[in-house]
Amino acid sequence: MMRHFPLVSTVACATGLTLVAAQNPPPVGSPQTPAPPAPTQSQSEINLVISGDALAPPRYAVPDFIALSADAETVAVAKTIGQVLWDDLEFEREFYMIPRDTYRTIPTSSSVTDVPFDRWRELGADGLLVGTVQKTGTMLRIEIRLYNVRTRQSVFAKEYTGGAGNPRLYAHTIADEIHQQQRALRGVARTKLTFSSDRDGDRVVGTVEKREVKEIYISDYDGANQRRITVNRNLNVFPVWTPDGRGILYTSFLRGYPDLVLSLIYEGVRREPAAKHASDANGDRPQNRLGVVSPDGKRICFSSNRDGNPELYVMNIDGTNVFRLTNHPAADITPTWNPQGTQIAFTSDRRGQPQLYTIGADGTNLSALTSESYADRPTWSTLGTEIAYAARTGPGFDIKIIDLASRQVRQLTYGEGSNESPAFAPNGRHIAFMSTRAGKSQIFSIARDGKDVRQLTRTGNNTAPNWSQ
Amino acid sequence: MICDSWRRVFRPAELDLRGIMRTRTRYGGPALMLAALTFTAATCSSPPPKPVTRPTTTSSSGTTNTRTPAPPTPVKEPIPVPPEPVLEDAVASKSIDDLNRDSPLLPAFFEYDSSELTPDAQKVLDANAGLLKKYSTWMISIEGHTDERGTAEYNLALGERRATAARTYLVSLGIPAARLRTVSYGKEFPFEPAHEETAWSKNRRAHFVITTK
Repeated sequence: MMRHFPLVSTVACATGLTLVAAQNPPPVGSPQTPAPPAPTQSQSEINLVISGDALAPPRYAVPDFIALSADAETVAVAKTIGQVLWDDLEFEREFYMIPRDTYRTIPTSSSVTDVPFDRWRELGADGLLVGTVQKTGTMLRIEIRLYNVRTRQSVFAKEYTGGAGNPRLYAHTIADEIHQQQRALRGVARTKLTFSSDRDGDRVVGTVEKREVKEIYISDYDGANQRRITVNRNLNVFPVWTPDGRGILYTSFLRGYPDLVLSLIYEGVRREPAAKHASDANGDRPQNRLGVVSPDGKRICFSSNRDGNPELYVMNIDGTNVFRLTNHPAADITPTWNPQGTQIAFTSDRRGQPQLYTIGADGTNLSALTSESYADRPTWSTLGTEIAYAARTGPGFDIKIIDLASRQVRQLTYGEGSNESPAFAPNGRHIAFMSTRAGKSQIFSIARDGKDVRQLTRTGNNTAPNWSQ
Repeated sequence: MICDSWRRVFRPAELDLRGIMRTRTRYGGPALMLAALTFTAATCSSPPPKPVTRPTTTSSSGTTNTRTPAPPTPVKEPIPVPPEPVLEDAVASKSIDDLNRDSPLLPAFFEYDSSELTPDAQKVLDANAGLLKKYSTWMISIEGHTDERGTAEYNLALGERRATAARTYLVSLGIPAARLRTVSYGKEFPFEPAHEETAWSKNRRAHFVITTK
């Protein structure tokens, strides 16, 4: 129902050293499967990777794609793909992206093989991406070439066909493939964010006080294509992706108390995996919240007060086999898995103020991690080596990262509004977080070195982002 | 039950009911009609006159005594005066939404980052316990709320502690635990949206919602 990935099928691919390579079998592992790079890159590897001057990053240019027909939609799609591709490549900072307005004067090519290399070399471009857009009925056909401008060789050539519903996805796919081929980097252009938003302004049904609902939203990694996932007009918070990107686990107050909901968003299936306990130790209904799915997708760690106060539990994704992880009269909340699924970091106020701890997924080896005045929302980097969190630094919070080996702490934000709820991109190079620096609570992204802050949402209050794997 | 409480208060003192009657009638029919209606509903036979107006008219105003034949001085009447029967019935007859809109169960407020019951909060809960004993069918949801400082995640735990503290106290006063449910909303539903201490002090609260009458 909610499926919105256009089916991108590779109908032809070619990678070669010459312009006629499109007719030859690809010399390296076929990119038909988007995932792992072919392990068998051989003698052609050196020639395929574009390098820049000395130690400088390669300079890339991405002109508007060539519209092969003059209709407005094709022209618009061509423009969109070029711009989004430039943005996607710029995001990871592996290339120096030459500003697009500096090459407006270079004449538009008529095809992917008709390229004025001299002009691009004058501009200082090392790599040039040229693409065409052809519309046939409701389908799009996109052809792309990456040229090494110095050698005038095509180092990447591919053709995509698919629906015309979401042209940005073609750009995201191309960007991920180029990052993979040129830099052996897993790009995040096709990943998604989920977050909680009150933008609809609806009131919670059945309450006397004015209480605004929060619904779960998803968007592309860059904030485009924001879509609402829940429609229950209640409080829905702390969404996290399942590792396959097809489900979102969140905390919903739909029944008048917090419980975990697992929504398989492309199948329209909702499950409440923790709802099997009728009452807690005090005869009260249990409150289950802040669930996170293990990296293998098979387990959920969450905080529940079913035994009288907030403790951490691990259960199977279907709610079976509940295992109590912590046992302390203080509050144990906000868990996060390490990439191996063997450890969990969480927040506890067992020493007074909330601080971060780690514990084995079997409940052993509890270890204190932070000595902040107040720390919460640990998020284990997908690289496994560091944990981002929100620390009180004044009236508000800032994002910090602790290196697990050295225990050294780096601060990413500095008192511009309150900055909370960090979430790592799957390649560990960026963090999405909530900040009040622009007034209301909004989602931002920031590179893990603290640079390149981008605002991704602008409507209503948006909180608690999570990045798909 | 209403009749019982009425008698308990007024019969032992053997007040001069005539004086009260006269006082009442000067205040017109609506109060009497309401009293009649509500007492009928409460299946009381021969309801005694309603004492609603007595304390205020004869003691505090001091201007209406000219025609009454010197009733006992009001200050010597039994104290404390219980909640007035007419009001009680108004409470009993309200819908749940109306009750919650102007709730007789007041919120208990908390200090910053604390779930300890202050003396003021205990007083509020004492009064709430009285009402919950009186309306013994009411089922209550105790909502724990926090101010906006602190993270959304940790505030869920803090709000839970506040709701639990209120619940534990009410149970210690004899309210059956089964009637009291808790839920923490953390900082999600501030009562006052402003970003300063006056608003914050109103948002750090255990809020009572009647879920079943």
